[in-house]
Parts: sequence; C-alpha cells; structure tokens
Amino acid sequence: MADKAKVKRKRMKKTWDDWAFDIITNAFLVFFIIIVFYPLWFVLMASFSDPVHVNSGAALLFPRGFTLAGYKQVLEDARIWRGYGNTIIYVLGGTLIGTCMTILAGFSASRKDVFGNSVLIKLLMFTMYFGGGTIPTYMVIQKLGLLDTRFLMCILGSFSVYNMIVVRSFMANSIPEELYDAATIDGCGIGNFFFKIVLPLSKAIIAVIVLYIAVAHWNSYFNAMMYLLDASKESLQLYLRQVLIASQARAGVAASGEDAQLAEQLAEAAALIKYATIVVSTAPILCMYPFVQKYFVKGVMIGSVKG
Amino acid sequence: MKTRKWNKKTIMKSLKRNWLLYVFWLPAIIYIAVFAYAPMYGIQIAFRDYRFADGFFGSEWVGLKWFKKFFDAPRFWQILKNTLTVSIYSLVVGFPFPIILALVMNNMKNLKYKKFAQTITYMPHFISTVVLVGMMHIMFSPRSGVINTILGWIGLSGDYFFMGEPQYYIHMYVWSGVWQSMGWGSIIYMAALAGVDLSLHEAARIDGANKLQRVWYIDVPSIMPTICIMLIMRFGSVMSVGYEKVYLMQNALNTQQSEVISTYVYKMGLLNKQYSYSTAIGLFNSVINFILVVTMNKVVKKLSGSGLW
Repeated sequence: MADKAKVKRKRMKKTWDDWAFDIITNAFLVFFIIIVFYPLWFVLMASFSDPVHVNSGAALLFPRGFTLAGYKQVLEDARIWRGYGNTIIYVLGGTLIGTCMTILAGFSASRKDVFGNSVLIKLLMFTMYFGGGTIPTYMVIQKLGLLDTRFLMCILGSFSVYNMIVVRSFMANSIPEELYDAATIDGCGIGNFFFKIVLPLSKAIIAVIVLYIAVAHWNSYFNAMMYLLDASKESLQLYLRQVLIASQARAGVAASGEDAQLAEQLAEAAALIKYATIVVSTAPILCMYPFVQKYFVKGVMIGSVKG
Repeated sequence: MKTRKWNKKTIMKSLKRNWLLYVFWLPAIIYIAVFAYAPMYGIQIAFRDYRFADGFFGSEWVGLKWFKKFFDAPRFWQILKNTLTVSIYSLVVGFPFPIILALVMNNMKNLKYKKFAQTITYMPHFISTVVLVGMMHIMFSPRSGVINTILGWIGLSGDYFFMGEPQYYIHMYVWSGVWQSMGWGSIIYMAALAGVDLSLHEAARIDGANKLQRVWYIDVPSIMPTICIMLIMRFGSVMSVGYEKVYLMQNALNTQQSEVISTYVYKMGLLNKQYSYSTAIGLFNSVINFILVVTMNKVVKKLSGSGLW
C-alpha cells in the first residue's frame, strides 16, 4: 500500500521544467490580472480619497483621506441624473424593440424550407459588410424626421444582423427538427410552436441578446452626439464625454502653456469628481456583469460557430 | 443549409404554412431597409454636387469629381497612412495577447482561480469608450496623473503629456485597446482549447513530454485553425478604423497623427457640411473594406472549407 502510494507520488512528481512552466505561466497570469484590474481599482479607490494624496502618489493601493465629497458633488449634479434617466429610457426601449426584432427574425431565419429565406438572409448579411456610410445614413434619418428624437436613440443600433445570426445558429442547432415535426403533426401551428416550444427553450439566447443590446446601448455615445441637438435628451455617455474628456483636453492644453499652476489646481479639484462620475456611471454594468458573464461568453461561442 | 428547388406548388405550400414567419421577418426587414439599404441608395450623392435647395435628385451629376478631390488632397496620404498604421500596429500588438492569455489560463488547474482570472480580464470590455479615454486622461495627465507621479519617483521628469503630445498618441491608442480587448478576445481561443482531446495530453505526458512541450505541440496546433481564421478576418478589416475612440482621443495637437478616414468623413460631412465630398470618401473606404473582406473570406474558405458566408 505504502509502496503503491510512493510509486504514484514519484510518477506525479513534477520535473524542474514543469515547475518552471507553472511559475512562469502563473506569473504571467498574475501580471495580466494586475494590469487589467489595477486601473479599475485605482479609479474606485481614488473616488473615495483626498485628491491631494492621490496626486502625490500616497494613495496608490488603498484609499487615503477618506472622503465622499466627489460623490456628493456628483449626486447633486442634475445633469448626470438627467443623462442617467435618458440612458435608462434608451436602454430599456432599445433592448425591448431590438430583442423582439432579433428573436423573431432569428427564428424565421432558423426555419428550413421557407420560401425566400436564403435570399432574405443574404440581403441582411450583405449589410454587415457594406453600408451607405455616415452621411447618407444621417440624411435618411433627417428625411424621416427622426433627428433629435428619443425614438431614434432607442431604435438605432438595436438590431444587428450579427445578433440575429447568433439566434439563428442557436435555434437551428439546439432545437431538434423532430420537435417541430411532432408539434405540427399534433396540429400545432408554427405560431404556437414558436411561443409554446421555442421561446421557453431559448431563454439562454434571449438573455444573451438582451445583455448584448443593453450594454451596447448603455455605452454608445456617437449616435447621441451625431443625432441629438437638444441637451435635455442627452445620454449619460454624452454627458460623460463633456465632463471627462472635453474639459480634460482643455486643461491639458492649458497646462502646457503659461497658466500651468492654475490649470493644475483646477485639474486636481476636478479629478475627484471625475473618479466619482466614472464609478457612478460604470458601476451598474460592472456589478451586474460577473453574474451574467456566462451569457456573454455563450454569445461569443455561438457567434463563432457559423450558422 | 441546403437550398431546395422551388416550384409553384412548394412555394404556395410554404407560404400557406409559414406566412407567420414573414410577419416575424417584417420588423427586421423594415429596420434594415431604412437604416442600411436606404442609405446605400443615398450613396449616389457621392457622384453629385449635393445642395440642399436642389434636393436629392435635382443636384448636378459630377461623376468622380469628389473622389479626385480626395485623392489630390494633401491630407489624403496622411490620412491613409494613419488609418493603416493604427490598424496594423493594433493587429501586430493586439493579436498575440488573447492567444497567450488563453493558453496561460487554460493551464490553470484551479477552476476557481481560472474563473476569477476570466472575470477580471473580460471586465474592461464592458467599459464604455468614453470612460476608457476619460480614465486615460486622468491617469496619464501631466504632473498630477498617477503614471507621471510614478515616473517621477524613478527619476524621470514626470511631466509627460501622454494624452496630448502627438508622438504618444498611437501607442496610447493601441495599448489601451490591448488592455480593453485582450480578455474578451481570449474567449474564442478558450473555446477552441476546451475542445482539445485530453487523451492527447495524457499520452504525451506518459511519453515524457513536459508542460511546455505539450502546450507547444498539442494546444497550439489544435487552435491553429482558429488563429488563422481570426488573423485573416483581421486583415479583412485593416482599413476600417472606427471613429468612436479616435474621435475621443483627438485634440488640437495630434490631429495630424490621429486623423483616420472615418473621423475625416464625420468632420467633413457633419461639421463642415460637405455632404457629397464626405460621402465619396466614405464610399471609397467602404468599397475597399468590402473587397478586403470578400478576399479574406475566399482565403478562409480555401484553407478551412468554410467561410463567413
């Protein structure tokens, strides 16, 4: 018995090169994790710290001079809440419309023996690789009178052919054709088949699509910048752009000029608010994400398998 | 999917049985018609001298005037060069990292640790471009930024204006991209690695192969098809650099280095109101992109037997 264990241990014993391999790969991974995580941690920590300590480098790992002044300022900022409210409207509206469009079209595309399906799919897929471009799209939207409307902000980018193909692959591969045959023999129409059988079996893919659309809507700024005129409709990202980037670029350019001292002071005071703003605007997504990570990953996997 | 032969009878049967599917198609088709095909129809203003007063069809047909204007513009080569430089630099630097990360993560025996590493490295994918660039602005700002503070400690001037001065622009752009997309990009390789037959590893281990050898001779060849396809796809998009991040990182100092086709189109079109000129530039870019994608898809098809379509 003891002998056997000894033999086993001997066989399992790592050689020096395996040790080296493990050490190096672990070091690599730890390095990657730190590189990725540290900036996020830094922002979170800096949002609670006295900016003097942050700027002097005294608060590099843990908060120092704990303060909620940044958050207080952010919470009192009416514009960020307006942006928040608008973004929530756009995300909810866009996700609802987009998910319905994607799931319905994806189901239709997944069915075999439907006249015209292959042509429709090709027509849709063509638009993944060729488009009218920025200006003609803008002009179409202008012609339709959709400029500066909340409806446009919801609907724009809510449907993507890529997502539809993900849905199609999922439905074509995971819902056996026999199920359809059995259902139709029992007198169930295709509508009943979809609502009673396919939808309940597609919860996972619906979650994938909902999350994809919602995150994309939450994070997009360019459409809002291009198509919105009225500040009262501005989205969160559009507001963030002003707070985080436009002001910073100005301060930076000034800092290289004469008013360096003044600019530095301004930058210091503004930094705290910026950290807090980043946390407030990004936390909902980053807090939710680990719990639904599997759905995102699933989406990538299905998307990588050609339908 | 096999396309079947259609005749009048089977068409009628399909229509009767599947009419609801066409209703299901409808919203998506309307969406694509409005936001993709209608703009494609509008491309013709690239060949016209569009004036608001003359309207869409009333505007004079000018042929290739705008294309010539763009090719002759002094900035043409600069913009083309910027577009290709930023794209190829991103490709060369950004491509290997997800693969290395996937290989490393795949070798972690502790599942909890592996999951943790995945969760952390995927995270930046969910940060918006605005927040990413905003974070860079604060952390890399001259003097007060944390990076410059650290550089100051190790004896450098600590006064680098990373987000402003043009010589840093491209590195900032590319490496922040690596930071943001490295983890997410590794998913596809993780999936490929999950499909590697464990008995191969077992057999190699018994034959005395060490871990590095097993990675090199089993894991890497197993994911090679995925690597090739991903690489070819990336070549297909080498001329399409999105405007979102570039536009955010642009400032008065670095425009010369940072201007790419998509940002130029946006500025010329919507800010300078040169609709026709800007549409022509956009069309030039789209056509090249399309040719590249189609070519690369052919290559993939030849190599792996199945392409994107």
